[in-house]
Amino acid sequence: MSAVIGEHDKHHDHSAHEHDHDHHDHGPAKGWLRWIITTNHKDIGTLYLIFALAMFFVGGVMALIIRAELFQPGLNFVEPQFFNSMTTMHALIMIFGAVMPAFVGLANWQIPLMIGAPDMALPRMNNMSFWMLVAGATLLGSTLFMEGGAPAAGWTLYPPLVLQTGKALPFAIFSVHILGISSIMGAINIIATIFNMRAPGMTLMRMPMFVWTWMITAFLLIAVMPVFAGAVTMLLTDKFFETSFFNAAGGGDPVLYQHIFWFFGHPEVYILILPTFGLASTIIPVFARKPLFGYSSMVYATAAIAFLSFIVWAHHMFTVGMPLAGELYFMYSTMIIAVPTAVKVFNWTATMWKGAMTFETPMLFSICFVVLFTMGGFTGLMMAIAPSDLQYHDTYFIVAHFHYVLVPSVIFMIMAAAYFWLPKWTGNMYNERVGQLHFWLSAISVNILFFPQHFLGLAGMPRRIPDYAVQFTDWNQVSTVGAFIFGISQLLFLYIVIDTIRGGVGKTTSEVWEGAVQYGGGGTVGLEWTLPSPPPYHTFTEQPVVEPIHFDDHEPIHGRA
Amino acid sequence: MAASTEQKNAKLVKVLVLVVIGMFGFGYALVPLYDVLCELTGINGKGDKTAVKESTYQADINRELTIEFLTTINEQTPLRFWAEKKQLKVNPGKYYTVNFYAENKSGKTLTSQAIASFSPGLAANYVEKVECFCFRQQVFQPDETKTMPMRFVIKPDIPQELKTITLSYTFFDNTKKNAQK
Repeated sequence: MSAVIGEHDKHHDHSAHEHDHDHHDHGPAKGWLRWIITTNHKDIGTLYLIFALAMFFVGGVMALIIRAELFQPGLNFVEPQFFNSMTTMHALIMIFGAVMPAFVGLANWQIPLMIGAPDMALPRMNNMSFWMLVAGATLLGSTLFMEGGAPAAGWTLYPPLVLQTGKALPFAIFSVHILGISSIMGAINIIATIFNMRAPGMTLMRMPMFVWTWMITAFLLIAVMPVFAGAVTMLLTDKFFETSFFNAAGGGDPVLYQHIFWFFGHPEVYILILPTFGLASTIIPVFARKPLFGYSSMVYATAAIAFLSFIVWAHHMFTVGMPLAGELYFMYSTMIIAVPTAVKVFNWTATMWKGAMTFETPMLFSICFVVLFTMGGFTGLMMAIAPSDLQYHDTYFIVAHFHYVLVPSVIFMIMAAAYFWLPKWTGNMYNERVGQLHFWLSAISVNILFFPQHFLGLAGMPRRIPDYAVQFTDWNQVSTVGAFIFGISQLLFLYIVIDTIRGGVGKTTSEVWEGAVQYGGGGTVGLEWTLPSPPPYHTFTEQPVVEPIHFDDHEPIHGRA
Repeated sequence: MAASTEQKNAKLVKVLVLVVIGMFGFGYALVPLYDVLCELTGINGKGDKTAVKESTYQADINRELTIEFLTTINEQTPLRFWAEKKQLKVNPGKYYTVNFYAENKSGKTLTSQAIASFSPGLAANYVEKVECFCFRQQVFQPDETKTMPMRFVIKPDIPQELKTITLSYTFFDNTKKNAQK
């Protein structure tokens, strides 16, 4: 391995430090106010990640309420209305409160470090988008305590059912507006950072894959979040201002809402999964001690998936009564998505092929992601086939499908990223044994939790119901047991995060993982691994000059004789 | 941060904000686009919204289709709503009249709108209605029962594979909505 940041850069770094002393703060502001007024990308990244972790547990408790109710047939534990609120709020909180903020947090921490920028392009807007997220999520959570209960029509908020929501409807819609504005601001910030703040030499095709996938995700966000905002605004005016966008009696059409919603909703699905791909493409090469296989095909595959996401939306609506031509078009276009996605899966596998692999916790989560994401992808293909989707639609099969691509894929890769970078962020190593215990408990229980739901769905159990026919009892009980093991296992993660911040098992090096400098970047060294652990409060105040890294095919790979 | 980067950021943010505003507008533009697309391709399955003039078709007495009538009321619309017949055997090209009845069960004046829907949706393109209660809002006096004839023809060029057509009407209560106008 060779350090590619040249000698003159070190000199620059040094003078930059002197420069710092004159014009900048040495470090964070003192006291709790630091966290309110901070514009530092590392602080804001931390805030986002802590917020996401808190929401992960809130949404998780809701999931356990759902699974507890479904442990036995009959109404045992909660009121049906409250149960429906739980399914709706669980989804909204996990998507808009946990997964998306977790990715924005990772982007805040990592993108400036990965492209050699001193901070995000728009630091004050960055602060504002975080605190708007808190406001929006609080408003959404507060609907639980309103007259008539929280929204209970499912996270898709289909009219006319959603218009029967009690006092909570305008508050829920307003919270969606605020959350949308927050994530649009985050996306604009990320695009500006990547376009204008890259270090000299960090060309687009040398960026780490995490940066690439986030850039494409940010474009998806600014393209579709406004459409969703428009759709919920139409719901609001239909309910309170006598418009008839979705009111059949006034000449509107409720199916129109489904079209507008899924025009947002399908790209939204990829907003959740694309940064996940970026994380896997960044983490797997480090632990395989090999450069990412097919870097440019990864970039093009990501762009292709993003493009396709705009033209497949009605595959969520096969049962709505589309004409045959529509069904066929959406069926074929959906199946095409499997091609770029398979390119990615093959590339990850090829990256590991003949690599000098080690199996620390981040790598375990990543490998588990590749396997279980592929499974979730295959059930997606099953449902892309319109005639068979008529059977699976709105059953537990679809629940199993999207949980396989969200929990052991998206959530597991966020976990992998946390294990991967936590030593870098804190300077302390986490406890590897507890980390592996967390992995194995999670990986086993997530399958106990979701795999039986495939059987339930194929047997015809509908989703979003608090009660079910007795023949579904056995698999529901297995699923509930899995849910509680999975939920309780996540407390280990909480323990590890706190323990690592407080010192973990000791100090770590700047590289943390053997091979991280060489294989942790895209077409350059992994820049963040050249910084000390933890990195100083201000990094890259003078931009480094980065050079392309040349992977020598003849050099014996690390760890292999 | 160099001044040039700040300028570049400001310019880029302006463009991106315009994209956001544009996409918000696009969300609204989908509403008329949806109607136009459905009209052009005839895939909405709602059929005529205004009366078509009665014309003369060559009746095809060798072919017989079944048309079924569904009558539904939405949510809490206080009506009783039924059709004279549940189904009818028809020849393409011939005109038929079917009576629909609705009784106002509330002691109040009721304004109501019926919305038609065909299944399969494409059949809507081959049914012409000369007269229908769904063309305008119906006002019911307290406890009034109305007889509402619906006159239609099935066009002779209807595809051979269509053998049964379901025509569904749903009555929506528009009283409150109209009162506010």
